[in-house]
Amino acid sequence: MAFDINSTLNKTVVDIPPSGIRRFFDIAATMEDVVSLGVGEPDFVTPWHIREAGILSLEKGHTHYTGNAGLMELRKEICNYMNRRFDLKYDAATQVLVSVGGSEAIDAAIRCLVTPGDEVIIPEPAFVCYVPMVQMAGGTPVTIDLKEEDEFRLTAKQLREAITPKTKLLILPFPNNPTGGIMAKEDLEEIAEVLAETNIVVLSDELYAELTYGGEKHVSIANIPGMMERTVVINGLSKAYAMTGWRIGFACGPAPLIKQMIKVHQFGIMSAPTTAQYAAIEALRNGDSDIAMMKEEYDMRRRYIIDGFNKLGLTCFEPKGAFYVFPCIRSTGLTSEEFCTKLLEEQRVAVVPGNAFGASGEGFIRVSYAYSIKNIEKALERIERFMKK
Amino acid sequence: MMTKDKKLELLNIIARDENLTYAQMALLAGMSEAEVAATIYELEQEGVIVGKHTLINWDKAGQERVVALIELKVTPQYGEGFDRIAERMWQYPQVRSVYLMSGAYDILVEVEGATMKEVALFAAERIAPMDCVVSQNTCFVLRKYKQNGIVYEKDNQDDRQVVL
Repeated sequence: MAFDINSTLNKTVVDIPPSGIRRFFDIAATMEDVVSLGVGEPDFVTPWHIREAGILSLEKGHTHYTGNAGLMELRKEICNYMNRRFDLKYDAATQVLVSVGGSEAIDAAIRCLVTPGDEVIIPEPAFVCYVPMVQMAGGTPVTIDLKEEDEFRLTAKQLREAITPKTKLLILPFPNNPTGGIMAKEDLEEIAEVLAETNIVVLSDELYAELTYGGEKHVSIANIPGMMERTVVINGLSKAYAMTGWRIGFACGPAPLIKQMIKVHQFGIMSAPTTAQYAAIEALRNGDSDIAMMKEEYDMRRRYIIDGFNKLGLTCFEPKGAFYVFPCIRSTGLTSEEFCTKLLEEQRVAVVPGNAFGASGEGFIRVSYAYSIKNIEKALERIERFMKK
Repeated sequence: MMTKDKKLELLNIIARDENLTYAQMALLAGMSEAEVAATIYELEQEGVIVGKHTLINWDKAGQERVVALIELKVTPQYGEGFDRIAERMWQYPQVRSVYLMSGAYDILVEVEGATMKEVALFAAERIAPMDCVVSQNTCFVLRKYKQNGIVYEKDNQDDRQVVL
């Protein structure tokens, strides 16, 4: 019998479709003079004082593993940060895990909670990792289609309808990538009311928590009375401090859950990169003004780009978080994929089709404004030419 | 009437890129175009907006320009202080900037000319003989790396890669 590697592969993994974002950018990469509004990470370079702290840690020879949960000094800074910025109190010794980016913490949390047969509620459009992670853990993803008329918020009614006796976990990805939607305190209170009658755990992905605009300060569901004990908050330094490449995220939550997550983390990862952990300490300790500076810049670009799309007749609701706008392209009569493919071919502008983030993203495109005003302007001019055709 | 915060926001926007149109500034600052125009007029009248300047890399443009920083120790004039001395300096078109300093010297003068000789002679013949000048130290600028917050030779390549 001939050996066939394909027959040995885990079917659950094989069946996960390739990313819709990637496929698109593979095409864009073969073209010249492409103006991109596609990338989902800050365009800022990590502030120098933070980079310097990383360099200094190398000079001092801090090149070993750290404790599995992360440096205690960093975990303490994380607790200070969560308390200072979001009014959430955690114990550094038992309630914090430093992970390799937010994604690893999300994966660890899902693996520690979800067993075969469990259902996980995932509001969509959302970041692309949740469904595959749930599937790999043997769980069943139950998606909720968020609506533009609700400003892509999760409503209590939608949540109530999705809950079954098998529901184990609710993913709450706000501020949202790709829509830029947020959940206000009142929205979360309604969600909390539904959850209070259940045994459902909440995974609140708050990577974009620092990036909210128009006076809307981020509120975590863990801030709602009674919710802290059932919520694991995932946050990190990637988006707030422009530190994507450093790979530092963290999870804060109930000690029994964090204890299990540390096991998953320690066997799969060992510990988050040491240099990056030292840089993270400096960021959390002295980086509040960096956040303010970058946020102000994003906010300006946000106003600029919303106005641009509305003038082009591609209406978008006002996104109050993250660094994405999610304009509706239905008026063109094209599907999201057709729109993006044609826009790329005819005008060399790369944006991401909304359906890459779930079926309910159909009819929309994700546009990132983590780009310079010049770049945004150039892209808008080209989209205008495209629309006139 | 604009609030002070709004005015400062607008000033920060202008300080970063003076080539923006009023319409663009309005969007970035979250104001109306008319408000931008009125506020800028007001700020100009108040002397808050003093002038505009385009930073040019003259080396790259193919025209040599020699810049020197002259550190001066001076004796302030009775009743007129340093201001009168500074005024005498800035009258020369060769003088690009004049600063009153704390530290080892009193006044810093930035002088620009076509050649090193021209700048050196200007320092020797115009600045040095002034009654008030006690001592001077002329330092020539060899290369500009960063000026007014702008880096001269910057790699603007977007090296972000698509990860998902």
